[in-house]
Amino acid sequence: MINKNISQAKQPASPYVAETPWLDPKAKPFIQIKGLSKQFDDFTAVNNISLDIYKGELFTILGGSGCGKSTLLRMLAGFEMPSAGQIIIDDVDMSGVPAYDRPINMMFQSYAVFPHMTVAQNVAYGLKKERVAKLEITRRVSEMLELVQLSDLAKRKPQQLSGGERQRVALARALIKQPKVLLLDEPLAALDKKLREQTQFELMNLQYQLGITFVVVTHDQEEAMTLSTRVAVMDQGQFVQTGTPTQVYESPKNRFVADFFGTINLFDATVISCQPNEGTASYDIKAKLDKTGTMVKAVGESLLSPASTITIGVRPEKIGISHERPEGDNLTIAKGVVEDLAYYGNRSIYRVRSESGRVIQVSAQNYQRSEQLSLEWDDQVYLSWDSSCNVVLTE
Amino acid sequence: MNDVSGPKKPRYSQLLGDKLWRNFVIGLPYFWLFLFFLVPFGIVFKISLADPIVAQPPFTALFDFGANAKSWLHATFDNYLFLTEDNLYWISYFNSIKIAGISTLLCLLLGYPMAYGIARSTPTVRNVLLMLVILPFWTSFLLRVYAWMGLLGKNGMVNGLLSYLGLIDAPLEMLYTNGAVYLGIVYTYIPFMILPLYATLEKMDLDLQDAAADLGAKPWQVFVDTTLPLSMPGIIAGSMLVFIPALGEFVIPTLLGGIDSLMIGRTLYDEFFVNRDWPLASAVATVLLIILVIPIMLFQRSQQEKE
Repeated sequence: MINKNISQAKQPASPYVAETPWLDPKAKPFIQIKGLSKQFDDFTAVNNISLDIYKGELFTILGGSGCGKSTLLRMLAGFEMPSAGQIIIDDVDMSGVPAYDRPINMMFQSYAVFPHMTVAQNVAYGLKKERVAKLEITRRVSEMLELVQLSDLAKRKPQQLSGGERQRVALARALIKQPKVLLLDEPLAALDKKLREQTQFELMNLQYQLGITFVVVTHDQEEAMTLSTRVAVMDQGQFVQTGTPTQVYESPKNRFVADFFGTINLFDATVISCQPNEGTASYDIKAKLDKTGTMVKAVGESLLSPASTITIGVRPEKIGISHERPEGDNLTIAKGVVEDLAYYGNRSIYRVRSESGRVIQVSAQNYQRSEQLSLEWDDQVYLSWDSSCNVVLTE
Repeated sequence: MNDVSGPKKPRYSQLLGDKLWRNFVIGLPYFWLFLFFLVPFGIVFKISLADPIVAQPPFTALFDFGANAKSWLHATFDNYLFLTEDNLYWISYFNSIKIAGISTLLCLLLGYPMAYGIARSTPTVRNVLLMLVILPFWTSFLLRVYAWMGLLGKNGMVNGLLSYLGLIDAPLEMLYTNGAVYLGIVYTYIPFMILPLYATLEKMDLDLQDAAADLGAKPWQVFVDTTLPLSMPGIIAGSMLVFIPALGEFVIPTLLGGIDSLMIGRTLYDEFFVNRDWPLASAVATVLLIILVIPIMLFQRSQQEKE
């Protein structure tokens, strides 16, 4: 949908932005959220949140329904006033600044395209309110429509557009004011699968081209994973973990994040020993799975006392599945029976009941081209994974 | 397992045959309108073409096949011509349109914020407020107008209260004025404005208002650019529901109005019952109907063209 050849970026080409500004202690945050809270009667929607977002980031706030993510977004946009705390954008304190005066625009989940205006009128609306000269409006609207490839539909009414086209109107309408920050509320939720994939990449390209800082709110972990530079997982009005998608996926902070951000097999375990790893800041942990008594090795971030209970997590795609018992050091091996099987074409998902009676989920790539399933229901299989794949969860 | 293949109860539509049933359902309201609107209107129109006579009934027959008749058709437009000659009718029609128009505007100005408030309140409060809007209908309309007479009269409660508070020395002239007519009409018909407005405002996507604000519209601009145009269907429906009955209103100007608050409903009544000039009264009624129907038809035509 995005036409890359148009030089839309009227603002100076975005200045060099470090790839990972959040690691640079000297980098100045673009959006600063300080101790932000929002209270509705006796319900705390957002509870003392602090966060720095850097220029040019595509930051995603991920959480289930009712976790406070929408309230946070609405506070950023200026539709809700915080009960406590501050939002600072580009060194300007937003307290008391109404929505219509903020350098922020939003793409609504419902798109909120004005039904009584044409596509062009919708896109022009923001500029009209800014009292931009008529000729200038016409020029910028046609440029923007070209950027999102809606030029042919300029005179249409929203009712005559498809969902994807309506979304592009909403996007164009928000971008035409060249905001410092673009807020996107569940940008891919209403699109079908093919369109999602396409839109996802186009949003990323657009963000890169325009250098606008994007803040996305979503409940969809896949959306969060593919789009963002960084993700904040939110629960009960607070951030549980903030980091790059790989950080959050591979090293979740606790059971909630591990389970919410992707799928994971969780095993209760007891620590046997915990020793500092020479030369690194981590610890080598030996633990016994409570149910089977299997000994597993793992690497942890903190010193754990022996006999303390922990949870060992393993992602389904890290687990190998085979008819023969695999050989190798450092492998954790379990035996089981294929109880359920879902064939996705590129991969298959197996639910294997292990000898201890619990179900372990495995996701395996279908490497070989074959019209026969390599594993069938009720097959005896061995599951194996490298102990480096064990995630130690203490919360 | 139960045997479910037993004979199914036939539906009414199958009993009558789909097509017949559908025509019946569609035809029923048309038949109703034909019987209770078109036929009476035909009779009124017929009478409006006759001459008044002192007889029973008090008008000449439209068709005369008697031996002495000059022609079998006995129609005259004299009654309609007379309406244009006498100032009374011009003033009545003009006054009616003016009073109905201003009342509609007042209903809109008062009703819009009320409807907006109801639409934006929490569900429990909303139901109570809607109930309060509908509640007056539980009392007779006539009774409520009489109650206003009691309130507004020279020795009424309002004057009593004002003089008790020492705000006035002599009672205010409130009853039998144009103001009382406006008050009566607005009071009576405002629910018809609030309810359709509420229906459109309640359905409105609140994100649209947020979006307008987000794009730089100040609160009043948000209202003018989104809320107002999107509630147009409610405004039009409400205005029609108030304007049409207010135009032909008879009871309120008769009971609350003075000599100068002459409305067409009262003129019609006088012609019919006081002067016993049925043909002229019928002509007045026919013209009233035309005044009402033509703007509505033009409006609907323009709406259809828009789509």
